Amino acid sequence: QSFGQLAVTKESKALMGLYHGQVHCKKNKFGTPQKEVKTLAVLGAGLMGAGIAQVSVDKGIKTILKDTAQKGLDRGQQQVYKGLNGKVKKKSLTSFERDSILSNLMGQLDYKGFEKADMVIEAVFEDINVKHKVLKEVEAVIPAHCIFASNTSALPISQIAAASKRPEKVIGMHYFSPVDKMQLLEIITTDKTSQDTAASAVAVGLKQGKVVIVVKDGPGFYTTRCLGPMLSEVVRVLQEGIDPKKVDAISTAFGFPVGAATLIDEVGVDVATHVAEDLGKAFGERFGGGSIDLFKLMVQKGFLGRKAGKGFYVYQEGVKNRSVNSGMDEILEKFKVPANPDVCSDEDIQMRLVTRFVNEAAMCLQEGILSNPVEGDIGAVFGLGFPPCLGGPFRFADSYGARQLVDKLRKYEAVYGSQFTPCQLLLDHANSPSKKFHQ
Amino acid sequence: MSSMLSSALRNLPVSSAWAAGALARSLSCSSQFQAAAQPKTKKTLGKTGVKNVVVVEGVRIPFLQSGTSYADLMPHDLARAALQGLLTRTSVPRDVVDYIVYGTVIQEVKTSNVAREAALGAGFSDKTPAHTVTMACISSNQAMTTGVGMIAAGQCDVVVAGGVELMSDVPIRHSRKMRKTLLTLNRAKTLGQKLSLISKIRPDYFAPELPAVAEFSTSETMGHSADRLAAAFGVSRLEQDEYALRSHTLAKRAQDEGLLQDVVPFKVPGKDTVTKDNGIRPSSMEQMGKLKPAFVKPHGTVTAANSSFLTDGASAILIMSEEKALAMGYKPKAYLRDFVYVSQDPKDQLLLGPTYATPKVLEKAGLTLSDIDVFEFHEAFAGQILANLKAMDSDWFAQNYMGRKSKVGAPPLDKFNTWGGSLSLGHPFGATGCRLVITAAHRLKKEGGQYGLVAACAAGGQGHAMIVELYPQ
Repeated sequence: QSFGQLAVTKESKALMGLYHGQVHCKKNKFGTPQKEVKTLAVLGAGLMGAGIAQVSVDKGIKTILKDTAQKGLDRGQQQVYKGLNGKVKKKSLTSFERDSILSNLMGQLDYKGFEKADMVIEAVFEDINVKHKVLKEVEAVIPAHCIFASNTSALPISQIAAASKRPEKVIGMHYFSPVDKMQLLEIITTDKTSQDTAASAVAVGLKQGKVVIVVKDGPGFYTTRCLGPMLSEVVRVLQEGIDPKKVDAISTAFGFPVGAATLIDEVGVDVATHVAEDLGKAFGERFGGGSIDLFKLMVQKGFLGRKAGKGFYVYQEGVKNRSVNSGMDEILEKFKVPANPDVCSDEDIQMRLVTRFVNEAAMCLQEGILSNPVEGDIGAVFGLGFPPCLGGPFRFADSYGARQLVDKLRKYEAVYGSQFTPCQLLLDHANSPSKKFHQ
Repeated sequence: MSSMLSSALRNLPVSSAWAAGALARSLSCSSQFQAAAQPKTKKTLGKTGVKNVVVVEGVRIPFLQSGTSYADLMPHDLARAALQGLLTRTSVPRDVVDYIVYGTVIQEVKTSNVAREAALGAGFSDKTPAHTVTMACISSNQAMTTGVGMIAAGQCDVVVAGGVELMSDVPIRHSRKMRKTLLTLNRAKTLGQKLSLISKIRPDYFAPELPAVAEFSTSETMGHSADRLAAAFGVSRLEQDEYALRSHTLAKRAQDEGLLQDVVPFKVPGKDTVTKDNGIRPSSMEQMGKLKPAFVKPHGTVTAANSSFLTDGASAILIMSEEKALAMGYKPKAYLRDFVYVSQDPKDQLLLGPTYATPKVLEKAGLTLSDIDVFEFHEAFAGQILANLKAMDSDWFAQNYMGRKSKVGAPPLDKFNTWGGSLSLGHPFGATGCRLVITAAHRLKKEGGQYGLVAACAAGGQGHAMIVELYPQ
């Protein structure tokens, strides 16, 4: 009887929806590519590059991992080895299988073998000039059919493709860290990207075991664009005097697997700053919220997050219960803003974070960045850690009720302004209750 | 002109029709060179009716002193790295390789067929057969000649041969008494039986058994034998130290000038990428002079400085039939021509393999020592090399010990191991043979020669020599 009761809860529907969504996103809607990718080249042996290489070699794809420095290459190869060795320790791989898998990986400092590459994924430094330079170098050595994919998290693909002689072969393949654990792959097409290129990119993503969504080019694409406003709101909440541990507790209580403050540390404060600036320039005031100068001060002090060992929290090897970084007290004090008691209850804080996310997601669907709400839900849950029990932003909008969502948005808009203005699509759904994102 | 040559023909020990046929054939195509008054015509050693076997490429991972960066690995890891290096260098598709043979001396018991484990790990098809051979220091030579045999017999077209040795980890066994007790315990059924076995264990049961670098038949360590050999041939300490310095100096120069093209980098898990041999250390005569003899004390002449050192390393070489190599678009580096294996008394002639093998292989190939442009001999000990050179230069030795009419002659030092040798580069027992062959091929190309002679001695009193002929450029 209890099973029956559970089966019809909203959470159950949400999770079933996610299952169906995953199945949907594991199909290649662009058809079969003309040429199967047998040899993959990854540029940059950093955290992302090595992670992409790892999920490629353990599916049997011959992968070239190229870096500019021996040290960087060694670090990347060691990362792949460690990732596979971890599985050996857990006994899901034998040491022999690990070594056989590693024999698919070719680490090098030059472009040898690129003339046989079917696809190149660049995961180099997030700077447009570096990416242009790399694109030109690579195009000189790859065969005509080879696809150039970029793992950028925010630089518009069309901007990267501007330096290319064959923009129809340029596409975005946005992976999520850690690459071996995060299932999502966000593929970004420009209006010049050919159908076959998209088909190939999706095929490679599926072979790597990823759940694939395909979105159109735009600042922040879909995932980074939805996360931006939410993280901005997190900073505002922190400035209003709620300490990081409380913020984490409130967000995990709502269903986020990773607390909001910890999430900023995981993403990296420097990355968050960059994204906030770029998206702020592209979308204006709507992306404001917390003070970007707070982030800048953190970066200045070296509190970059997990990768630097210190962010909002202190990260120590072997310590499970993290302590709040005491250096943050001074910074938070400096940027303190008065809180409005009407919108500061725990529930309000949760809704402030979530509504900004959902609103932005709806706007992506409205503008055609997203092609359908299923991909929107999958992308949010599997790439950004949107609460799975709520099924994603669009499922949540349906179950919570668009009307109720708009009401909340209006409530916060009254206090904070345009950052909470509901988008037209949400307003349409609020006005006709029969309109749902998911039927 | 042709009458001079035909008289030379008559003087050669022509033992079979093929020799005459081959010579006649090459005479006709080399006639255009006679006008240039060359001292001798360099003929090719191809035999009619026998497939030409070529070396396409040969690589090795850097040879390191034992106990350094490879210390935590297993032999098949090193072999696999060499195989991967070979695959990367040649871009040969894995499914084209018909057979893989590896040579190794000190076997890791878990991977007794190290060729198979290395091949599977390197991504070769599990349908590619692989086996492992052992013949002490000439194990990879044996691997290569096994491959040559298979190709010449027409049973394979493409063979990968190689060798590996990991001295950093050796099988240290329980004593025989302990082993017997443990095995019997396994079979004991009742508690009473087990207890009675355990009660027989004494302290001496716990003494471990280490593999010794000693001849099983004579219980003599190789260094000791080398010292006796040096003494027998009157090789002085000074001469040995000089030779060792020569080896290290030439190796250093070759390393610095980038001549050691066969070395491929190896990313060791958990450590940095290894790119160079780390045993090359040219010292000085004074420094070397200070060392005490290592094997025969106090008056011996063989020291640590003039012996090869314990080394970890692996090599791999790609050999094919000539037609297959050309059909696949490869430019072969060399032909593998005549080869011999010799055996003599392990007690008093342990390290004289090259002396016995050289005249035999030259005779087989119809060459004289002066026809050889490049010599690559394995340097187990400086004393061993010098003793061999003296033996080769001795009519008396040739007549009394080898049953030959006259000496074969000593190789001139300016053609001998000019890019260093096992003394300085290192000697991972099983892997050295492939290094000798590919170095001979590279040297022939660089120095402009046609024939190379590779020779080595081996524990057990065996030896090997092979003629390597440069592929026409």
